[in-house]
Amino acid sequence: MSDRTTDSTATPIVKMEKLNKNFGSLHVLKDVDLSVTPGEVVVIIGASGSGKSTLIRCINGLEEFQSGALEVDGRRLEPDGRASKALQQIRTEVGMVFQQFNLFPHLTVRDNVTLAPRKVRNASTAEARETADRLLDRVGIANQAEKYPSQLSGGQQQRVALARALAMEPRLMLFDEPTSALDPEMIGEVLDAMRELAREGMTMVIVTHEMTFAREVADRVIYIHQGEIVEEGAPEQVFDNPQHERTQSFLSRVLTH
Amino acid sequence: MDSNFDFDWEAAFQSIPHLLAGIPYTLLISFGGLAIGFVIGMIFGLLRLSRAGWLRWPAIAYIEIFRGTPVLVQVLFIFYGLPQLLGGPINAVVAGIAAIAVNSGAYISEIVRGGVQSIERGQREAGLSLGLSRTQTFRYIIWPQGFRRMIPSLGNQGIISIKDTSLFAVIGVGELVRQGQIYIATTFRALEVYLMVALLYLAITLTLSLFLRLLERKGLVGQ
Repeated sequence: MSDRTTDSTATPIVKMEKLNKNFGSLHVLKDVDLSVTPGEVVVIIGASGSGKSTLIRCINGLEEFQSGALEVDGRRLEPDGRASKALQQIRTEVGMVFQQFNLFPHLTVRDNVTLAPRKVRNASTAEARETADRLLDRVGIANQAEKYPSQLSGGQQQRVALARALAMEPRLMLFDEPTSALDPEMIGEVLDAMRELAREGMTMVIVTHEMTFAREVADRVIYIHQGEIVEEGAPEQVFDNPQHERTQSFLSRVLTH
Repeated sequence: MDSNFDFDWEAAFQSIPHLLAGIPYTLLISFGGLAIGFVIGMIFGLLRLSRAGWLRWPAIAYIEIFRGTPVLVQVLFIFYGLPQLLGGPINAVVAGIAAIAVNSGAYISEIVRGGVQSIERGQREAGLSLGLSRTQTFRYIIWPQGFRRMIPSLGNQGIISIKDTSLFAVIGVGELVRQGQIYIATTFRALEVYLMVALLYLAITLTLSLFLRLLERKGLVGQ
């Protein structure tokens, strides 16, 4: 979105160079270069199986990569999952929202949000609770704090997941198809919460199939095909005037409905 | 031989105080053995899940050996066999507890493994992505959920092990069956006494079942 200001001269929070990832003999990511500067909203689009989820899962080490360089928040991640100390530190600074929410079903909504601040940041119970209630209020589910995740709708669960990630005060948020598992009528409420987050200047990397949303919030759109970045640029450029033939055919398929 | 049905209720009731003397032993061996078996099961169940072969293989060997041999043979081995190695006798109750421990431990290892493996991968990923360490993720997220799913199987194992202690009459532990045998030796009322023995086992196992059902019902919240 154009009214946001991002400082392209700032040190990137994600710096990925020639990243390669294999699942056995399958080459999932091929020489991927990606740089994300603080405050930037990057949206990754592409067909299912193109490697876009794998790409953002590399950023917080949920997937190992085999070669290339990756630096997140100034810390280097080594190929094949080495250097797990740096990895855990990175994860405290990088939040993630998953397609399947992945809330902890045995904990109340509030405990879902307070767990990591208490155990990782050593926040006091009162402190963590205060933060949790503020965040839950912000995503519009303040009155559900005592409930268990299974008692909430999908859209509410995903908003709790967002609050849970934000409770760690991350410097970067990753979204892995956050609305793909939702009923259509609940997609809007989650996208609204994400929009607001973008407006506040959060650095975000989003994998999504919501093209209208992508066009609206993205500072940069990346199209990935078979593990390669085929095209990237401002949303107007990628959506209205795609240069690459693959991008054109992908967009013509997804934008028709 | 008199084959007329002649159930002697008085003999049945009179046997009860004698049989009750066996219950502390039955409970001590069952629950003592199961408590140790649970610790063994937690350790070996997790080792069994390890990606490192040198941790996983000993766990597999333990599980296969103690699951694949009868508990009666195990207790005979411990009670009669081990003293040859140790150079001194082993108390029969201790032998019984040890046999239940290693035997139930093997089964509980598999229950623990199954329970932990049943938790969706996304739970672990969510924990790790929040910056929790692997240990914290296991302790606060995987284990509490896995344990709930283990409860029915653990209850089942508990009931099996309680009944297994009846075999330990053969090494002279004064448990329920042994007390029955002693009483029958003087009264010759096998029908009545063994019926009472069976009912007492049933009382113990039903109590456990009820308790577990309550636990499960409590555990349903939030699942």
